[in-house]
Amino acid sequence: MLTLTLILLPIIAGLLTLASKGENAKTIASSAAFIELALGAYTYFSFVPDASTQFGLSYDWIHAAGVKFSIGIDGISLILVCLTTLMVPFIIVSTFNSNYTNVNNLYALILFMQAALVGVFTAKDGFLFYFFFEAALIPVYFIAAIWGGENKIKVTLKFFIFTMFGSLFMLLALVYLYMKTPGEIHTSDITALYEVGQNLNPSQQGYIFWAFFIAFAIKMPLFPFHTWQPDTYVEAPAPATMLLSGIMLKMGTYGLIRILLPIVPAGVQAWGLTAIILSVIGIVYGSIIAIQQKDMKRLIAYSSFAHVGLMSAGIFSRTLDGLQGSLIQMLAHGINVIGLFFIVEIIQQRTKSRELARLGGITQTTPNLTVYFIIIMLGSVALPLTNGFVGEFLLLKGVYEYNVWIGAVAGITIILGAVYMLRLVQKSMFGITSRITEGFQDLTFSEKAVLFPIAFLVIALGIAPNAFLHITEPAVSQLLTIITK
Amino acid sequence: MNSIIALSLFGIANLFLGFLNNRKILLPATLAFVLVALGLNLADWNQEYLWFNNMLRTNNLSVNFASVILVATFLVVAVSRGFGDDEEHTHPAEYYAIMLFSVVGAIMMVTFENLIMLFVGLEILSVSMYILTGTDKRNLRSNEAALKYFLMGAFATGILLFGIALIYGATGSFNIHGIEALVLTAAGGSAPALLYIGIVMVIIGLLFKVSAAPFHFWTPDVYEGAPAIFTAFMSTVVKTAGFAALFRLLGGAFTGVYGTWIYILYFLTMLTLIIGNITAVYQQSFKRMLAYSSISHAGYLMLTATAKVAHTQSSILFYSLAYSVATISAFAVLMVVAETKESNAEKTNENFDIFNGLAKNNPLLAFVLTVSMLSLAGIPLTAGFWGKFFIFSDAFQRGIVVPLVVAVLMSAVGIYYYFKAIISAYFKEGDVPAIELKPIYKITLIVTTLLTIVLGIAPDLVKSIF
Repeated sequence: MLTLTLILLPIIAGLLTLASKGENAKTIASSAAFIELALGAYTYFSFVPDASTQFGLSYDWIHAAGVKFSIGIDGISLILVCLTTLMVPFIIVSTFNSNYTNVNNLYALILFMQAALVGVFTAKDGFLFYFFFEAALIPVYFIAAIWGGENKIKVTLKFFIFTMFGSLFMLLALVYLYMKTPGEIHTSDITALYEVGQNLNPSQQGYIFWAFFIAFAIKMPLFPFHTWQPDTYVEAPAPATMLLSGIMLKMGTYGLIRILLPIVPAGVQAWGLTAIILSVIGIVYGSIIAIQQKDMKRLIAYSSFAHVGLMSAGIFSRTLDGLQGSLIQMLAHGINVIGLFFIVEIIQQRTKSRELARLGGITQTTPNLTVYFIIIMLGSVALPLTNGFVGEFLLLKGVYEYNVWIGAVAGITIILGAVYMLRLVQKSMFGITSRITEGFQDLTFSEKAVLFPIAFLVIALGIAPNAFLHITEPAVSQLLTIITK
Repeated sequence: MNSIIALSLFGIANLFLGFLNNRKILLPATLAFVLVALGLNLADWNQEYLWFNNMLRTNNLSVNFASVILVATFLVVAVSRGFGDDEEHTHPAEYYAIMLFSVVGAIMMVTFENLIMLFVGLEILSVSMYILTGTDKRNLRSNEAALKYFLMGAFATGILLFGIALIYGATGSFNIHGIEALVLTAAGGSAPALLYIGIVMVIIGLLFKVSAAPFHFWTPDVYEGAPAIFTAFMSTVVKTAGFAALFRLLGGAFTGVYGTWIYILYFLTMLTLIIGNITAVYQQSFKRMLAYSSISHAGYLMLTATAKVAHTQSSILFYSLAYSVATISAFAVLMVVAETKESNAEKTNENFDIFNGLAKNNPLLAFVLTVSMLSLAGIPLTAGFWGKFFIFSDAFQRGIVVPLVVAVLMSAVGIYYYFKAIISAYFKEGDVPAIELKPIYKITLIVTTLLTIVLGIAPDLVKSIF
């Protein structure tokens, strides 16, 4: 019931928001998001850290086809449910200073998006997973296309068609597996699909691997499926960018763990190296491009592209550390990137510019912003005692265990990451005040209300990563025994 | 079966109602007629009968198909708004009567037990449609469309009839169960060539009606020329009836020679999907886009007809329902917007840009359009998604992989052109004044939209019936 409430609450709140106006919409949306956060916290604390699926629930959805509406939370789901419930309130509060037209629609779409995301992370049925996976696309498309920048129409359509195209292959793969399940009435229960997939011969597993891999690789995105990403992040308004990079991107990595690894272990065995090499190319390529960017948003977009490459490499390493690292990194990256995009949004609102060359010297009038920016930046660079460190360390350890050379190349990410992130802060905040940054106002209360918790989480997770690691560990270990069976 | 008799009588009643000098009663009267027919149709549920010297058969399958047809008719009539107040140039009594007659034809195509009845039903339906296509008398396009439709349609009917004659020659029977048995034995070895030629000709005749490639050339011109309301009618009722007939033949009478016709359909399915979707991308006119989209949807339906598995009928039914509801919504929005622009003495066309800026003053219309486009594109949360899903499952079950992959690729293409309408409505600058909708119009639009979403979330509501 708890899981169902987590999905339904944002939908109901979203509908209410849709029907209300201005200030009311703001109140309803933010209070719903905070109630959802409280529910998320309750889920976290009442979760028993073992490998089982908890808070489960199952209804007949399409009876004749054996498709069920079954949801539940295990350790892997929980970390992402926490990410979603944790970040959406901040995304909503972060819009309080901006002037969006028809703001009630914006909040409603964000809440619908949240429902779909929680759905993806808790679905225990193959088709239900697909359903939410696609449903999440619609709200974010509209947010980006309604409130986006100049090229929004072209860019968002490209984004939509790219991701939809990928998912259709996933649908094919799911239907294929579903048709192979035993019995007069087939079933699309995820564990049944695992069994069917594992019993396929290696060449069939190879096909299925690619069908799933393309879907998830486009979503994350991995090299060379990333061409939609930088443009979309730049053109989309801040809330959409935060949703896309902070949470939606994790649908792809989550899919790899939940669907790809356990369904086609032999396919992963055969093609895992290819996937890792693509991921590592993405890391290096994304980092190098990020170093040269002039636009802050674009720089963070490429940094996100590099980070997700490391997560996917860790997942495909199929080691405990790699998977654990990618899970904690999903959480950490979500927090950091949302913080960074919010800071960019603040700077853009005050100076009307995101160009590094035109900024600088902001720090002279903004002690608060500077501190928060640096803390979040350090988290992103993976300095020890910040949240980024734990994830990157485990990820690199996992990749290293898999293959020393690939581990070494992936390790470059730490150096390059430091280069582009420090450059970002240095060029925008320090140096001489430019014409547009003169008299830059420090943070308002609502901005602090977003950045303080984020900065707090950056440090808290860095000091006590075990709060989440011990939750995911049993589930990950169980997954690994399935894979290596 | 009483619904056929009732509808014929209602059609005549409609003509008499035309004598009253009151255009206002025609719309409610016709709606009531369709509802009564729907009720009579549903009364046949769970009863299997043969009628008229074993010429027609009612069973649950036919009741389902007839219900989808009647629901589509009801929705089309509901958004027809009594054909306006132009007394000189529109004749609502006749239009409604012809629509009811054509539904009689459609239901005969669903219930036929005898190939002669298939032919008669198809002709009743087609002749009605030729007339309705040409009802915009002063419009050159409408005249051209009617003539084109008639000439091509007559030719196709000729081929169908020839095919029926050849099948009769080979099997000595018009009864489809008789034919089924004979085909099964003939398929053992000594089937005369006549039979195969006949079967192919019948299939071609029906594929023409559902506008499958390469028999689709009439579709864009006819769809564009005909008044939008009849295009909506044509693309839903005719298509559903056509596929019902095709399914009953392929899944029943011609089952024995599956190995023969499967290859024809195999290639035509791919051709239809590719031509429909790729050509739709290049259309400037919204109506022409819907014409090509209707071709592409014929392709998806052919995919499941080709699969011919146990669920095929319910897949076709669900898909037809989802497609009809979404198409009618789209046409309804187009009609009301075009009419408003026309009454403001603006130069109008039926291009995508007619929707520019629609969302600003008409959020409801923009939303309805969006949901219908999403459903046609097969995006989750809408009925269209499940339609595609069931069809893909069927094709997989039969192992028809190549057309299936084509279908998947083409549904990605589909997103592009369906989204053009959404983009126009929401993201393009333009000026559509706030449109005052009549209550019945508004209710119909809300119902179609809700139906699309509800079926998108809980397809089992109707899937379990089919």
